[in-house]
Amino acid sequence: MTELLLLALGASLVNNFVLSNFLGLCPFIGVSRRFEAAAGMALATLFVLTIASGLSFSLWQWVLVPLGLEYLRTLVFILLIAGIVQFTEIMVRATSPLLHQLLGIFLPLITTNCAVLGVALLNVDRQHGLLESLVFGAGAGAGFGLALLLFTTLRERLDTADVPQAFRGVPVALVTAGLMALAFMGFAGLGAR
Amino acid sequence: MSTDAVVMAVLVAAALAVTLGVALGWAASRIEPDADSLVERIDALLPQTQCGQCRYPGCRPYAAAIAAGAAEIDRCPPGGAATVRALAALLDRPPRPLDPAFGGPKPARVAWIDEERCIGCARCLPACPVDAIVGAPRQMHTVIAAQCTGCELCLPPCPVDCIELRPVPAVSLRYRQPRAA
Repeated sequence: MTELLLLALGASLVNNFVLSNFLGLCPFIGVSRRFEAAAGMALATLFVLTIASGLSFSLWQWVLVPLGLEYLRTLVFILLIAGIVQFTEIMVRATSPLLHQLLGIFLPLITTNCAVLGVALLNVDRQHGLLESLVFGAGAGAGFGLALLLFTTLRERLDTADVPQAFRGVPVALVTAGLMALAFMGFAGLGAR
Repeated sequence: MSTDAVVMAVLVAAALAVTLGVALGWAASRIEPDADSLVERIDALLPQTQCGQCRYPGCRPYAAAIAAGAAEIDRCPPGGAATVRALAALLDRPPRPLDPAFGGPKPARVAWIDEERCIGCARCLPACPVDAIVGAPRQMHTVIAAQCTGCELCLPPCPVDCIELRPVPAVSLRYRQPRAA
């Protein structure tokens, strides 16, 4: 139990996927303008990451390894992630058309969110079990969501700040992201792997 | 690498793709309720004035309410009897007269600005849902009668009450290409 807790803590804070592994930067910059959209994106990514890590592990363990097709993993995982993302899009459109409109193109782009593929591949590399994979995926999704929401609130404040002309827009956002990454370094040594 | 391994790899990838495709198709048909497309079709029949006379925030919320059975089809004065007939045909219900509580039937009217009294405050411009008012601050405004839907939303913001609704002019308002001399 402690092991799983540490795993989730490590995936969400210590080795935060956005701020210390630099995975998933595209939605991190793209969907951090409005809090509502960022919250929707965080939830959608959490959902996709958890499901994708569980399914990709099952596929790896019970299809690819027995058939000796380990080298196909990138292709198969991407296909699987695309399917899950499409499923998520159908769900979001049916349950909340407004959120669907807010997220726009970034919802299908979760497919190419490298954090999702990264979690699936890391699960395989670190030889996680099914439960560990699920916890690792959920932890990574929670960490992504946390970083995204914090960053969005910062950017909403930056919008009203008096930023020098040369830094307006994305440059100051990237500087902010770098400072946030520095702050997250403070979690190093929390005892998680 | 032997041929068997290649065939196996192709088979596995194809099987996964087909499985995902079938699962997604099934999910799309099950989860996405048919009501959604019904809302779209009802919304397409409404006049898109977003005037709120039906007491919904706009045409699409009203369409959703009709589709859900929460509202009758007789609440749209800008659409008039023609819209009610079209909605009745789409939903296979008997047509009914417009409910007077929501404005009732009115003759087709368009907004008209008394240009003598207009002070050019430009407050009626953002109120117009169809951008049928031409004007700029401190310039006289006028209404493009062919675009106006008669929704009355420009009346409340006018500080000098210089806008009124007049019957649609009998002559065609369509622009005609002038003949070459």
